[in-house]
Amino acid sequence: MSDYEPTIVAFLCNWCTFTAADLAGTSRLSYPPNVKIVRMMCSGMVDPKYVIKAFLEGADGVFIGGCWPGDCHYINGNYKARRRVALLTEILKQFGIGEERLWLRWVAASEGNMFQEVIDEMTKKLKELGPSPLRGQLVA
Amino acid sequence: MAEFTKLSYQKGGLNQALSGFFKKLLEQNVFDAVMVPAAQPTRGVMQTLISRPDKLEAVDPFAPVVPLNAAKLVAALTASPSGRPVAVVLRSCEVRALTELCKLKQADLDDVVVFGIDCLGRFENNDFLKFQEKGGTTEGFLSGENNGFEIAGACQMCPHPVAENVDARLCVIGDGNAVWVEWLTERGKAVAGKLGEKTGAGPDKRDKEVEALVKTRTEEREKKLAGFREATGNFQALQAHLAGCINCYNCRVACPVCYCKECVFVTDTFRYEGSQFMGWADKRGALKMPTDSLFYHLTRLTHMSTLCVGCGQCTSACPNDIELAPLFCAVAEKTQARFDYLAGRSPEEEQPLATFHDDELVEVTGQVK
Repeated sequence: MSDYEPTIVAFLCNWCTFTAADLAGTSRLSYPPNVKIVRMMCSGMVDPKYVIKAFLEGADGVFIGGCWPGDCHYINGNYKARRRVALLTEILKQFGIGEERLWLRWVAASEGNMFQEVIDEMTKKLKELGPSPLRGQLVA
Repeated sequence: MAEFTKLSYQKGGLNQALSGFFKKLLEQNVFDAVMVPAAQPTRGVMQTLISRPDKLEAVDPFAPVVPLNAAKLVAALTASPSGRPVAVVLRSCEVRALTELCKLKQADLDDVVVFGIDCLGRFENNDFLKFQEKGGTTEGFLSGENNGFEIAGACQMCPHPVAENVDARLCVIGDGNAVWVEWLTERGKAVAGKLGEKTGAGPDKRDKEVEALVKTRTEEREKKLAGFREATGNFQALQAHLAGCINCYNCRVACPVCYCKECVFVTDTFRYEGSQFMGWADKRGALKMPTDSLFYHLTRLTHMSTLCVGCGQCTSACPNDIELAPLFCAVAEKTQARFDYLAGRSPEEEQPLATFHDDELVEVTGQVK
């Protein structure tokens, strides 16, 4: 499937990774259009339901971007996000959605170039991996 | 040093002996009431909050049935405490669920002394009624007479026949002709003191018999969960397994550790407008109704799998006979292991999603500054 383009749903923290995406844009860095960004107030606001829903709707990958440890605008939201991602990974991988499809990364507001790199990397990995087993199945 | 008190009984006198024991607790004002499984006036056995000694004649705590996980009943009784001393008689799965509910501050054991009982398993609710109709008795069950019925699937693979984290324990494993009351905590021993019970060593064969039972059950568990993981290793297989789901949500009503006061799946979030359904149908060409069955089960797993005690009430509650217990147990084993947690193991351990640390789980992002 050479023309396969993965869809990545990205939940980005307003204070860090979303700002980094903005910085990437204003710095005229280009990153793959595969990523669909949802702006959150904090990575700790990403309810596991959002991630599950994205996969059930056919997303090939889900990306969560938060502040580096110690930098959370709300003190500890990113630590909660990390526990939830660990939990989700354990659940989803038992049904064929491996951890390579669910990424949590710390990207600070100043790291526009890192945002570009990490989205590039995830897009490449997902292309190698092929479509999500749920894509086109449209589970309800 | 173990502290046991022996309650001997003649054949046919098990419940009488137990009723005599509980009567002493009420008559000597150790407790204002005992919550214990008891025969109901018409039929069946249910947890019953008994405050008058003569009503204790109906007790039947070892009856092989758990109509619902009684951790929820203790939560109901103590969420807003009465301040009056109560003894509750629970099985291992109920005690373990109760331990989790206490951590969630949905139950409170300040006025409660917990008596655990040895558990050889339970029948499904309907099977138990039939078992009784056919003349089956609790004593018969304890000596291995199942009258052709099988214990619930969750019990067949339960490695916890003995209740831990209890104040006292009613033991039947290790002696076929007596119940041994084991006094464990300070609170438990204080009860023994008030009763003036003499205590001593327990039945000789107990440890060996418990060990053998745990071994059998653990082997069964490993076999069953391995087979289950293989059979539901992808979403299509999972969907096939859950194909009978009609979104009745009985499994979460029955679940003792499904802790939300209001389940999100019955809120307006999931009360879609007609145009939303039509939109999905247009996009997909076909939309299974009701929607969100898989979404519901996966979300429930994120909520309760770290607290799952494997009591199997989810399977028992399913009107379409979906085997939910092995699904939830298989996932729960992995999620609990990830956080080095075991639901019900200890009242002190923090629940995985109720805590976090700055220097943990570095492998999730793989990033180090």
